[in-house]
Amino acid sequence: MSQSLEITNLNVNIGDKRIIKDFNLTIPKGEVHAIMGPNGTGKSTLAKALAGHPDYEITSGEVLMDGESILDLEVDERSRAGLFLAFQYPMEIPGVTIANFIRAAKNARLPDGEDLNAPAYYKELYEKMDALKIDRKFTSRSVNEGFSGGEKKRCEILQMAMLEPKYAVLDETDSGLDIDALKIVSEGVNALRGGNLGALVITHYQRLLNYIIPDQVHVMYDGRIVKSGDKSLAEELERKGYDWIKEITETAA
Amino acid sequence: METETGLANPIEQAFQNHIDGLDTAPAWWTEFKRQSFEVYANMPMPTRRDEHWRFSDRSRLETIEGFSFDDSHSATISHKYSEWSNIASSETAALTFVDDQLAEASPLPEDFLQAGVIWLPLAEAIQSHGDLLKDYFMKQAADLGSEKFAQLHAAFVKSGALLYIPKGVEIENPFAVFNWSSLSNGTIFPHTLVIAEENSKASLVEFHGSIGENPALSCGVTHLFAGVGSKIDYTLVQNFNEQTLGFQINSNVAGRDSQIDMHSVILGCQQYRSETHGQVKGARAHVDMRSMALTEANQEIDQRTLQTHAAPNATSNLLFKNALMGESKTIFSGLIKVDDKAQQTDAYQTNRNLLLNRTAEANSLPGLEIEANDVKCSHGATTSEIDEEEIFYMLARGIPKPVAQELVVYGFFEEVLDRIVDDTLAESARQMIRSKFHH
Repeated sequence: MSQSLEITNLNVNIGDKRIIKDFNLTIPKGEVHAIMGPNGTGKSTLAKALAGHPDYEITSGEVLMDGESILDLEVDERSRAGLFLAFQYPMEIPGVTIANFIRAAKNARLPDGEDLNAPAYYKELYEKMDALKIDRKFTSRSVNEGFSGGEKKRCEILQMAMLEPKYAVLDETDSGLDIDALKIVSEGVNALRGGNLGALVITHYQRLLNYIIPDQVHVMYDGRIVKSGDKSLAEELERKGYDWIKEITETAA
Repeated sequence: METETGLANPIEQAFQNHIDGLDTAPAWWTEFKRQSFEVYANMPMPTRRDEHWRFSDRSRLETIEGFSFDDSHSATISHKYSEWSNIASSETAALTFVDDQLAEASPLPEDFLQAGVIWLPLAEAIQSHGDLLKDYFMKQAADLGSEKFAQLHAAFVKSGALLYIPKGVEIENPFAVFNWSSLSNGTIFPHTLVIAEENSKASLVEFHGSIGENPALSCGVTHLFAGVGSKIDYTLVQNFNEQTLGFQINSNVAGRDSQIDMHSVILGCQQYRSETHGQVKGARAHVDMRSMALTEANQEIDQRTLQTHAAPNATSNLLFKNALMGESKTIFSGLIKVDDKAQQTDAYQTNRNLLLNRTAEANSLPGLEIEANDVKCSHGATTSEIDEEEIFYMLARGIPKPVAQELVVYGFFEEVLDRIVDDTLAESARQMIRSKFHH
């Protein structure tokens, strides 16, 4: 069984509009891949479609996680199977504390009738919050309510650390972050890197990739990957700008 | 009011028995009850044309005399009911009533007794503190549509709690009142009267519930009087079974520089009518009224509120939140009235309804009547379904949809629940909410 997240000939529509076009990408477990691309090219659509958002219709193609198709799984089943999406715009959930929210997510992973060991849970939660420099007082704050951009993104990484996914898709985790928050979030992601995690980092800017060094960089344009390379591709893209991608894509076509 | 056969109808007979049973009560009390019953009997039932009953299902009102008002042969209380009352952790003192009979009373600590605090079951207070009751008992008009039921309450009330806090006395831990209903077709008339004198402070939590599944009628009244500079915090948790018909008539009077916080958690009853009048009578008073209701099946929760400002520089804030499941129905009708003397009033009224099922029905009738020219007043009402993006976010964390919806509802109510002074009661209320999702 191949240990990878394997996306093959994926096509995704929003309404009647085809956004993701014959998309192919394989992320072996243990690697971090980055997708870069201009706005409106389908990066976030890819992320939401992988997670199973009902507004994003997968018209054809396949997504295998460690050899098993996830496309017939419900959104929550995909998550419990080991797929994690860090949201570009995390939702606020008034009145639901971070501690209770993550606890509900962890409980959902236990067999029926079993409950989380509360002291062990809080120990783990506090350790991971400390590592992400999230004040422990946040456990009793409502999920994302009144959080700054940086706090929301750190909270996403905290959830990822607590849920220990096999594969993670990080959708513009750098957007809205100042340099300090960017470093903390990156350290958080880097701490989770290793043989048990495959990650796809979606970003508009090369800046994030100075902190999360990718094994591979893919450039996305108009719903498909048009160029792949190592981390130097991100630097080249930063120098030449997205017009360069437009040019090479249109020349190729 | 005699029937053709010359026999009194059942409610008249029951009232006569009730009065006969009060042989040791002072004359003013029985006279007051006779007058109340007469007013009740002569007052017509609310009609469809009555604005205060708009949207309400009035069909059950016509049947209330089918309940048993006869209290002459109530079951004797043989149980210790303290185990029923561990839903709150009152550390000051508690009174437990079952079918309007005193089942348990924990004594008032000696130092409070010495300080002049009065904490008594109503039946005792009538004997020992008649003058106080003459000044305060049922002195607030039921002006939101239920006057007939307030008169019914006055006619039959026999149990309840009187809490009197003398000038300057502050009591941190809440008092507690438990009212249980158990008899089939029985009636209870819970009454709570809190009088806080100048610069005093007290809190009281009250629970209304059913033992078993018998249908019953509850017709309750709560009146709070906050003297100059005093503070009253009051919570009512209503969790009757879903065969019960309930009326609850609340009124509070806030004196100068006083503060009244009133919280309601409404879960039970087939049909529940609640009226709350917050009256700002003194300058710089603050009145905060919060309510949450979770409805299911064919429950109807009907709430009418009035905030009146008769003094300047005061604030009142009202937040009523409902979450509706099944084919249930809620009605919120609220009015803010600011008279011309009440300049620099801040008054807010918010009703939020969360529809968990499209066939549920939330009605909202907010209103303002402002005669002063220098005020800040607003009212807002929203009815919405759960945000699908919020649910998607939770699903994407592996939380199954029913659990996600529950979490959203718990979160929705926290604005009310986290204000409850008694942590045990707040946690009990959360458990009761949870059990509405899992029965």
